[in-house]
Amino acid sequence: MNRSHRLKKITAFEVFNYTFFTLVCIAMLFPLWNVILISFTDYRDYVLNPLMIFPGKITLEAYKYIFATDELLQSLFVTIKITVGGTAISMFVSVPGAYTLSKKSLPGRSILNAMVIFTLFFNGGIIPNFLLIRKLNLYNTLWALIIPMAINTWYLLIMRSYFSQLPSSLEESARIDGANDFTILYRIIVPISKPIIATFILFYGVERWNEWWHAMMYINDTKKYPLQLLLRNMIVQNYASAQMASQYRSSASFVSKENIKMATAVVATVPIVIVYPFLQKHFAKGILVGSIKG
Amino acid sequence: MQLNTTHKKFLSNNQNRRKVTLWDKIVHHRYLYIMALPMVAIFIIFKYLPIYGLLLAFKDFRYREGILKSPWVGLQNFKTLFGPEAFQNVVINTLSISFGRIVFTFLVPVIFALLLNEMRNMTFKRVVQTFIYLPHFLSWVIISGILYSLLTINGGFVNKILISFFDLEPVNFLLEPPYFRPIVYLSYIWKEAGWGSIIYLAALASINPEMYEAATIDGANRFQKMIYVTWPGIKNTVVVMLILTTSLVMFAGFDQIFNLYSPPVYEVGDIIDTYVYREYLLKGKFGLGTAAGLFQAVVNLVVVIIVNAAAKKINEGEGLF
Repeated sequence: MNRSHRLKKITAFEVFNYTFFTLVCIAMLFPLWNVILISFTDYRDYVLNPLMIFPGKITLEAYKYIFATDELLQSLFVTIKITVGGTAISMFVSVPGAYTLSKKSLPGRSILNAMVIFTLFFNGGIIPNFLLIRKLNLYNTLWALIIPMAINTWYLLIMRSYFSQLPSSLEESARIDGANDFTILYRIIVPISKPIIATFILFYGVERWNEWWHAMMYINDTKKYPLQLLLRNMIVQNYASAQMASQYRSSASFVSKENIKMATAVVATVPIVIVYPFLQKHFAKGILVGSIKG
Repeated sequence: MQLNTTHKKFLSNNQNRRKVTLWDKIVHHRYLYIMALPMVAIFIIFKYLPIYGLLLAFKDFRYREGILKSPWVGLQNFKTLFGPEAFQNVVINTLSISFGRIVFTFLVPVIFALLLNEMRNMTFKRVVQTFIYLPHFLSWVIISGILYSLLTINGGFVNKILISFFDLEPVNFLLEPPYFRPIVYLSYIWKEAGWGSIIYLAALASINPEMYEAATIDGANRFQKMIYVTWPGIKNTVVVMLILTTSLVMFAGFDQIFNLYSPPVYEVGDIIDTYVYREYLLKGKFGLGTAAGLFQAVVNLVVVIIVNAAAKKINEGEGLF
């Protein structure tokens, strides 16, 4: 009865609301689809068909080309290294760190918290960071893309607020049995915090995967460029060449460049789209909220 | 049970009614301090040493002599910095883009959340959420590639439509100054608005449904409920997010701008960070670049403190800190 009552009440507002979000979703997805489309299509076909939504003739040339070059595989390997290594280090630093910050009885906790939060609002900026990397001999090493950004302060604060809501009774019995804080963290806290830990593994992972601008500043050997930086350089070249409007209805070499660029973008995006459902499962529950203050 | 743990010592200290000193507490928590050590080390080395490095703003940096031994030059770097027009223009651009971003993008996630909250079809809502959160996880590099594929004059989607259906001249959107900032705001909405709505949706979910029922009984319509129930429920979250947004007012999003701009749009798109990178870092003018960074950081901190104080006044004592 309740249901039939609901069905009748489709108001103008409701119509607007569903239409609005349908359009929003199209706006979110179309640009992504457009990239995939170009990567699989002969660019000349694409240019000549203004309303092309599906590829007329699917071509894998661009993918064949990029996977045949050393550059892409090299960069992909660099990205995988910094993603796996960086995420592992980030978690080994952040989880115990956030756990200590959540301990209300810890002498000096407020100093530690203040030390962490101050950096959200004040930092040294580009040049001092650059000089530090030079000074520490991290310049042109992959460590420069891992250690300086091992902690994302926001993630740290979110983890802190999660740990601080756990009931203290969880730890008490272990403590009476003589367990120390390390044992408690790894035997009790980590196992019950699996969902949030999984979430942050993915968050840090995505962040490292998307790395480009530290690499641009701290790496000068192109063999050590992560995928995103490689892609950026390809795109920037085309921004520059876009100034030559004469290339519209263009030459063969330019055509393949477009496809190659979009194919690289697809390769750089696919892993994110693959882990995305797992990410969403966790953050949709709203664990990430309520951590800013405190 | 024969293990003589810290905890037992701590307890027996209590039992002996000896006063628990700070030192006892510190010893008791020693493992926690060890645990915090890597985090503290990272903060000191990679967040606080660069702050110490800001001293360079008052020095003529010489690489061989390091920060400490480089000679002091007083405010010379700042005088040089504010001498040429370029840097002032860059500061104005930074503030304009930050301000524009607040005006044009800040409320979009709030609106998304309010509308999503009204949605009764849960499946549809979940599908929408899946799609609008996704772009947050793409890098600005990818997004600049996406924008390029849509907007380029060499057969981009928008130009194809303009040419074939409207018989217009193609427009080089990415290289024309009047289009640059709108593209910045729109692409920012595309990437972040959906993600930004999460926090408001959580705030909305925590409003007690009885409040709405009571308002219905009192004869409130949808609009009145929004003003008297919904808005008070999310006001604090909005204020906190606004303060956090202003806390980046001097930065204006290096990641985004650097991937979208190019020399033809420097006049409207060049911000402090991109300028410092190009003109000072790449050209080795470290003293000047640090002075720019210090100026940026200090102004930014002042803005945050003022906005926070203002928020507290308006918002019955509730600010960020």
